Amino acid sequence: MTALLETRAVSKRFGGLAAVSDVDFEVAVGEIHCLIGPNGAGKSTLFKLVAGTYPPSAGEVLFGGENVTHRKPYERVERGMSIKLQVPSVFRELPVAQNLEIALQRKSTGPAMEREKARLLEFLQLQEDAAKPAGILSHGQQQWLEIGMALALQPTLLLLDEPTAGMSPQETERTGDMIKRLNAEGMTMLVVEHDMTFVRQIAQRITVLHLGRIFAQGSTDTIIADPRVEEIYLGKGHGH
Amino acid sequence: MSPMLRRLNGPQTLGNGRGFWTGFAAVAAIALVYPAFADSYDVGNIAYLLIFTLMALGLSLMWGYTGMFSFGQTAFFGVAGYSYGVLSINLGATGAMTLLCLVGAIAVAALFAMLLGYFLVYGRVSGVFFGIVTFATTLALAAFFGQTAGPEWAIGQARFNGFNGMIGMPPLELPWFGQDVYLEGVPLYYFVLALLAAIYLGLRMLVNSRFGNVLVAIREDPLRTELLGYDVRRYQLVAFVIGSSLAGLSGVLYTAWGQFIPPASMGLPAAAMPIIWVAFSGRQDLTATAIGTFLLLLMFQTITVYSQQYALILMGFLLLATVMLMPAGFVRGIGLWLARPGRRGQAGNGATR
Repeated sequence: MTALLETRAVSKRFGGLAAVSDVDFEVAVGEIHCLIGPNGAGKSTLFKLVAGTYPPSAGEVLFGGENVTHRKPYERVERGMSIKLQVPSVFRELPVAQNLEIALQRKSTGPAMEREKARLLEFLQLQEDAAKPAGILSHGQQQWLEIGMALALQPTLLLLDEPTAGMSPQETERTGDMIKRLNAEGMTMLVVEHDMTFVRQIAQRITVLHLGRIFAQGSTDTIIADPRVEEIYLGKGHGH
Repeated sequence: MSPMLRRLNGPQTLGNGRGFWTGFAAVAAIALVYPAFADSYDVGNIAYLLIFTLMALGLSLMWGYTGMFSFGQTAFFGVAGYSYGVLSINLGATGAMTLLCLVGAIAVAALFAMLLGYFLVYGRVSGVFFGIVTFATTLALAAFFGQTAGPEWAIGQARFNGFNGMIGMPPLELPWFGQDVYLEGVPLYYFVLALLAAIYLGLRMLVNSRFGNVLVAIREDPLRTELLGYDVRRYQLVAFVIGSSLAGLSGVLYTAWGQFIPPASMGLPAAAMPIIWVAFSGRQDLTATAIGTFLLLLMFQTITVYSQQYALILMGFLLLATVMLMPAGFVRGIGLWLARPGRRGQAGNGATR
């Protein structure tokens, strides 16, 4: 198993609060790795340390074997990471198609770009909405559009922060199908999520964070069967 | 059509159809023959108005397209104006040398923009604070040049003269078939008109290019843009230098036109003007900015003949009206209305009938 992404003893402190402490974890090439944990577990902070929007207080982040700890977010993107944020952040005033073009133009031009745009619009089921400003799409569609923009960069690692936040059960299921389809085509993914039904649908390996530390790690079946994980999710875990 | 020319049209500009370009050609034709039907005083006056339109286009690029609210266009206007004075007076410039002084003065303004912009952009100053710092810069410069009355305030032969401003620089001269033409009156009008047309078309190509796509993305969401792999700060700095250099170009043309540059050109009322022109016109569109700015300047000047106070009050009123009634700008609003899909459909039906 080759690690595409690795964190070594990574920590993040905000004043006196240790949001993430000494976290070692790996995402292997080709897997869907879910990062779960109750609210305040440090999932989003760890995600931001990986994406580079926060600098770590200590520790290292390695991507594709290279130490990227001090690389800016755009430099990590240049190396093959692609990020979908928790709150849908599309270019609201610009048409859907232009949102994709801004992402696509880094890798392609002319007819090749047009083909790729058409392919993505179809994958996202947004063909009908290509000319509409992205801001008027439904919440779920905006989430998909942002996933599409992240995909347009042809990444080797796709980072998704709560991709189903605020979605209806149907939208959540479709998002799950999308993610599995991408993974079947070879995409490696790190997904932050707290909806366990969704995690069961997509995850191959799970890392559980609790109070900023790694609480459990393993295959989806092992983690789901672990009674301690259920305990922290039900709020009984603070006694540990 | 070459890829460059194709970029004249695109999602970032209003007016991409045949109707628009027909209108553009008509306006250009009228502008070309105008001096034949007007007296040379009026022609020189129109040239004066067009000079300021250049700095408005620069502000539209920074504020409307990239989301950088620069309240300091006049700082670069003044720096370039004074630089033209210092260069041309000391070199005793005539002929083509005056044009080199123009280029040199814009380079000084661009360098200043690069320095100020570097600290602002890489210091992550944004939003209203960007406006405050650029505004403070222009006021500080106005105050500084205002106290340069003594004879010790000079660079070589060029005296700053405090509040009265620097005088005595030569007008621009253009080598034209073996002789030098003074750029005053009608020749100045054609010179500024050609510059304005070239810059307007050049900016259209810029904003409809990949570069322009990134600029509007930064305006909408800088973090998202960075997460698409763009070095956002570098793009912002480039846009700031281009926009500020256009203010520098306005400043040199103004200085050469009147052979005079005062500190008041960087003071409070002057600094507020570009904001009002561009906000009223519609900062997110170059065409709206050019048309609106020209019309406002024309109106301002007409009213100033009767009372400068009233003209200023009217400008303030227009800014209020824009903010309250049409934050996206009046001229752009009319443009959007003309281009709305329903109307285009009607026009199409009309054509087939």
